[in-house]
Amino acid sequence: MLTNRSKLVVKKDMTFWERIYLPAILSGISITIKHLFRKSATVRYPEKKREISAIWRGQHVLKRDENGAERCTACGLCAVACPAEAITMVAAERKKGEEALYREEKYAASYEINMLRCIFCGLCEEACPKEAIFLTDRIVSTDYGRGQFIYDKSKLVEPVDKRIDVSKRQTSAVLEFKKLKYFSHNK
Amino acid sequence: MISFILYKAILVVVIFGITLFVAAYSTYAERKVAAFLQDRIGPDRAGPFGILQPLADGLKFIMKEEIIPNVSNQGLFVLGPSIAMLTALMAGVVIPWGGSLTIGGESYTLQIIDLNVGILYIFAVVSIGVYGIMIGGWASNNKFSLLGAIRASAQMISYEIAMGLSIIALVMLTGTLSLREISQMQAGGLNGDWTFWNVVYQPVGFIIFLICAFAECNRTPFDLPECETELVGGYHTEYSSMKLGFYLFAEYINMFVSSAVIATLYFGGYNFPFMNDLGLDQNLITIIGTIVLFLKIGFFIFFFMWIRWTIPRFRYDQLMNLGWKVLIPVAVLNIFISGLIAVL
Repeated sequence: MLTNRSKLVVKKDMTFWERIYLPAILSGISITIKHLFRKSATVRYPEKKREISAIWRGQHVLKRDENGAERCTACGLCAVACPAEAITMVAAERKKGEEALYREEKYAASYEINMLRCIFCGLCEEACPKEAIFLTDRIVSTDYGRGQFIYDKSKLVEPVDKRIDVSKRQTSAVLEFKKLKYFSHNK
Repeated sequence: MISFILYKAILVVVIFGITLFVAAYSTYAERKVAAFLQDRIGPDRAGPFGILQPLADGLKFIMKEEIIPNVSNQGLFVLGPSIAMLTALMAGVVIPWGGSLTIGGESYTLQIIDLNVGILYIFAVVSIGVYGIMIGGWASNNKFSLLGAIRASAQMISYEIAMGLSIIALVMLTGTLSLREISQMQAGGLNGDWTFWNVVYQPVGFIIFLICAFAECNRTPFDLPECETELVGGYHTEYSSMKLGFYLFAEYINMFVSSAVIATLYFGGYNFPFMNDLGLDQNLITIIGTIVLFLKIGFFIFFFMWIRWTIPRFRYDQLMNLGWKVLIPVAVLNIFISGLIAVL
């Protein structure tokens, strides 16, 4: 016996009361009428949103540093880590005078995430040595064509004047963990 | 004579309007009841609590593209929903919606016509109603529609017999086929003329009549003619736009009329307990009586929906077994026992 829920089935003839079905129907409608007075489980969506988990993994963001320069150095570790192969990037060398735009001397000329392939596992975030990519609590919005779901840098990089808060993903425990000696190259 | 025609015309228009109103709001109530029985909220976007939902549905039905399949029999295809709607509306003619109002010495009865064969009239009209479904299913030239239509006609014929037999026992008790006289027999107060509702004398007949009414209205557990899970949409698979709307609407009107007939035959019609003991004005009693009748009708419409969201659909052989091997013998037995009690 694999579970303790198995039941021995005995096929026996129904009694007269069982055969006229009316008692069974009465008990059935008494069950449904009880549900009439029960609280409904519906959440009226656009007006009322369900609380999402503190570590919810939603739409990605490519962070900038304190001076507004992009943190991503196009190392490609996120693309390697990605199990859904959703991330593509093209690297380029930083020219003179672009120091305010890109933090490292190598940067991502194009960076695309296919949101239809992405499974929001967060492995890119874990792989990133520069703390450039984070998953946020924003929900990827709907669209009409498949093409619109390939998010490029214009949708992914955070605007300088409208920073996106990732403190929920970057908790003190995470920061503490990243202070370990073998992460020192990230500094 | 002019005033008589005017009063009948007003009555016809009012009852027509009320019937359509109740049918429209039955669709809303159906969805609300379904939602509440399943711990949901139901439609609540069109207006406060979604009360404008029937208007939105109707508008949508009218705006939809009207498709008549090129392989269908076009005349019959249009005739089907027309018959369904027409017969559904016709049945309300003989139902007594209330007592009589006395205005300026004239007595106005709240009934379009008091046929002395009212029950037979309702049976006849309801039987024509199946032609709407049959013609629609046949004219669609679609196997699922045809199957639905065949099922509908077989089901209607089977259950009409049991329904008629269950009524015979009631007619033996009352001695009349007029719906007004039957409801008047259930009136009375404490002053020696106390009478019970017919359901007290005919409980078995009532249950048979109720089950057959479910079958005649194609309601779950007898909704085999539509049967979304097996027959796509049954007889109305090929219908679109307002013609589909007419079929669905006819079903709700049938439900309303069936509830009215059940309330009239078995639950005292427009009579309510202690109606003659409160010392009320006769006109007031009539108005309260009409409200009471509509409350009874409302309860039975709710009951139709309540059953729909509780009991699953019958298998086809179970349906036929129940109709021919259970309901008809029980109805015949009911006639015998009623006759014996009447004689003794």
